[in-house]
Amino acid sequence: MLFVPGSNTGMVCNAFIYQPDTVMFDLEDSVALSEKDSARMMVFHALQHFTYQNIETAVRVNPLSSPFGLQDLEAVIRAGADIIRLPKTDTMDDVLEMEQEIAHIENRIGREKKTLLLAAIESALGVVNAVDIARCSKRMMGIALGAEDFVRDLRTQRTKEGTELSAARNQILLAARAAKIGAFDSVFSDVKDKEGFVHEAQYIKGLGFDGKSLINPNQIPWLHKVFEPSKKEVDWAIEVCEAAKDAKEKGLGVVSLDGKMVDAPVVLRAEWILDLARASGVLGEEQ
Amino acid sequence: MKDIEKYVNPKALTPSNAPFFRYEEKNKGEERRAKLCLSIEEAIYRSGLKDGMTISFHHAFRGGDLLLNNVMNVIAKMGFKNLTLASSSLASVHDPLIEHIQNGVVTQIYTSGLRSKLGEAISKGLMQKPVQIHSHGGRVHLLQSGELHIDVAFLGVPVSDEFGNANGYSGRSKCGSLGYAMMDAHYADYVVVLSESLEAYPNVPASLHQDQVDAIVVVDEVGDPSKIGAGETRMTTNPKELLLASLTAKVIEHSGLFQEGFSIQTGTGGASLATTVFLSERMEEKGIQASFGLGGITGTMVYMLKRGLIKNLLDVQSFDEFAAKSLGENKNHIEISANEYANPSSKGASIKQLDIVVLSALEVDVAFNVNVITGSKGLLRGASGGHSDTAAEAKLSIIVAPLTRGRIPTVTKRVNTVVTPGESVDVLVTDQGIAVNPKNRELRDSKKQAYMSSIFIPCMSAQLRFAGNLHRSHTPTKSLRSFATATARSSTWCDNLPK
Amino acid sequence: MNTLHVQLQPAHAGTLESSDAFVRVMQNDQAGVEIVLESSVAEIYGDAIEALVLQTVLSMNVDRVKVTIQDKGALDFVIKARVQTALLRALGVNEPDWSTL
Repeated sequence: MLFVPGSNTGMVCNAFIYQPDTVMFDLEDSVALSEKDSARMMVFHALQHFTYQNIETAVRVNPLSSPFGLQDLEAVIRAGADIIRLPKTDTMDDVLEMEQEIAHIENRIGREKKTLLLAAIESALGVVNAVDIARCSKRMMGIALGAEDFVRDLRTQRTKEGTELSAARNQILLAARAAKIGAFDSVFSDVKDKEGFVHEAQYIKGLGFDGKSLINPNQIPWLHKVFEPSKKEVDWAIEVCEAAKDAKEKGLGVVSLDGKMVDAPVVLRAEWILDLARASGVLGEEQ
Repeated sequence: MKDIEKYVNPKALTPSNAPFFRYEEKNKGEERRAKLCLSIEEAIYRSGLKDGMTISFHHAFRGGDLLLNNVMNVIAKMGFKNLTLASSSLASVHDPLIEHIQNGVVTQIYTSGLRSKLGEAISKGLMQKPVQIHSHGGRVHLLQSGELHIDVAFLGVPVSDEFGNANGYSGRSKCGSLGYAMMDAHYADYVVVLSESLEAYPNVPASLHQDQVDAIVVVDEVGDPSKIGAGETRMTTNPKELLLASLTAKVIEHSGLFQEGFSIQTGTGGASLATTVFLSERMEEKGIQASFGLGGITGTMVYMLKRGLIKNLLDVQSFDEFAAKSLGENKNHIEISANEYANPSSKGASIKQLDIVVLSALEVDVAFNVNVITGSKGLLRGASGGHSDTAAEAKLSIIVAPLTRGRIPTVTKRVNTVVTPGESVDVLVTDQGIAVNPKNRELRDSKKQAYMSSIFIPCMSAQLRFAGNLHRSHTPTKSLRSFATATARSSTWCDNLPK
Repeated sequence: MNTLHVQLQPAHAGTLESSDAFVRVMQNDQAGVEIVLESSVAEIYGDAIEALVLQTVLSMNVDRVKVTIQDKGALDFVIKARVQTALLRALGVNEPDWSTL
């Protein structure tokens, strides 16, 4: 998920070139108060531009409690954003309120496709309520950790090891999995530190996160490399899926590979690896 | 005893009637310093320069050149007119030439490049006679064929001895290879070497030789060391350039040429340098050593030489101080002349042994013709350089450029100026996709397995106006037609635009 | 065409950064839309940009304004966004009708 401040014309025009999985236009913290309207207009138009029609688009809007939030929604839903990122989600009420406003707007403009939600959890309260937040709306496709604000809320500092985030990360991940939605980690701000970035990315991948927010296009290939299944994994996954297909065709209830039984969860994992491989471009569209 | 006729030959020489012998000097020691002139004026007097003659300079100092302006000022003050200026290239530092042109000192120019205010002024009609733009290799051919005849060459060097043995890799204003100057030294009628310092005789090994040089002047400065280096020498962090570089490296990897003993030439600029870095990573992984790196040599190439990833560097121009120093230190870093580098009519030009060349472009059109010399408004702001020479001969010529620069598209229906004809170009790599010239069929087939996306050029120029919401539609590459141009494949000539 | 009989306050939007456009709008003493364009790509795109600005202004029901644009190679949608923002600010409109923009 590539963060693009809505006030930065150069980035808004060029972000699609780097082929991020999702482009996240920001109208909130990276945009100055005096420029909220101009950023909104810019993003409104960018979302409709042909260069963004084939990429998943998300917009971080201002909170509904601010003078800007509602106008943000009016503009970007009309412009066709796929996902709305809620900033600073503390309780499930925040989510429900947002969902209601969105539904109103969609009805009014006659938009059939439902805009999805991504809740950013940036406080202790949010983390504690993570499960409710994750489960309260059918539109919720994922929850994300906003590390900077969270750490401030905890009254501590960010460190390289990230121990201050471990509780939050785990909680968010558990909540996401309980609700069967995605879990996303926060940004790594030092764009020059490739090693540090890769280290953190490997760690959160190990925890089970589905993705990460990025602030510089250079980080995109680094992240893809970390999440890319290895050749060994892919080969194994192909074998398992073929064995499963084989068993199904023969009407066998049990899948076996190399004489050993293969459980259903294992087959699912293999399929998931192949999905990831196709998404990373490691595999083509075939099996 | 037979009657043997005494051998008489009008061309016979004895020391007393040898051209350079000065009878007046009874002290033999003084002859040794006979070439030294006290000033640039003296050198010009001795050269026999007259109105209407041709003078030459070399561009190894690039944007840090101070010599051409200094010499031209002296020439102008001495009252010469109607001269033809043949500098192997011209940079923005040479804008003062505008005044000399206006005053009639210079009325014809032969060069590879024109930039900045000078380029703009000439594009707008400053000169009566059109400027002759040549490639680096093409210039040598001009000298050999006699079309360009240099009467007096003014060659700036950082060090020389009193007899004219000079090189570019020592001293203060190191410029590295004197590949272009060597040609002037060979073909000019009268050769003046202007040096920052005088070394003891013999200053060997020499790039310019004592038997080519007529006069020597010691000057305060020939170049500004801080400006000689051509811009980027560090790895870029610009995301667009990195993207271009990684795509280019992938193209090279999948081209079928990426194997032990391959050869490569790249330009300067962030994307080119980054490409070399990505490639060297792959080469380390696969244990591949390149046989040579050619052309303008950068510090990155020197690094690869030191790490054993490239066996030899053939250097016609050293782009930064690392390359300049390395030329003097590494025995596998060799200085070559422009004739050995890229002259298409040479007995042996290295470009004919070159596998891969990575080049840039200002504009590329749907027939893959490339423009590197005139901008979108048609003004002269670049150089022909080695572009057309290398593209014509390399097995794989890759053009790397962003698809748009701001709002201005790189890909157009028809380029303003054809410097390199489309038939020399194999692949265009942009940040938004890669296009393969359908003329190169075997390349196209090997690309099927490659990990890249293709964009299809015929539609691109239309889409690229961005003037409205045009939708990109993909049409099959089969509809691409690249028309052969009548231009010679090597040393492409292009006159400047009509006034 | 309906004219909005509202006095335009001078307003501006955008920046002078590359790929952006700095747009200033103010009340025009004479009737009509006056466009002053300074662009790094004026020779190639000047006419197209002026036409776009005119169209944008008119579609917002404004037909009496002076628009000054310093363009740094902005794409069409950026120019449109900046002109619209500047006009909305000049008109003092905080909640525009998004269906018209």
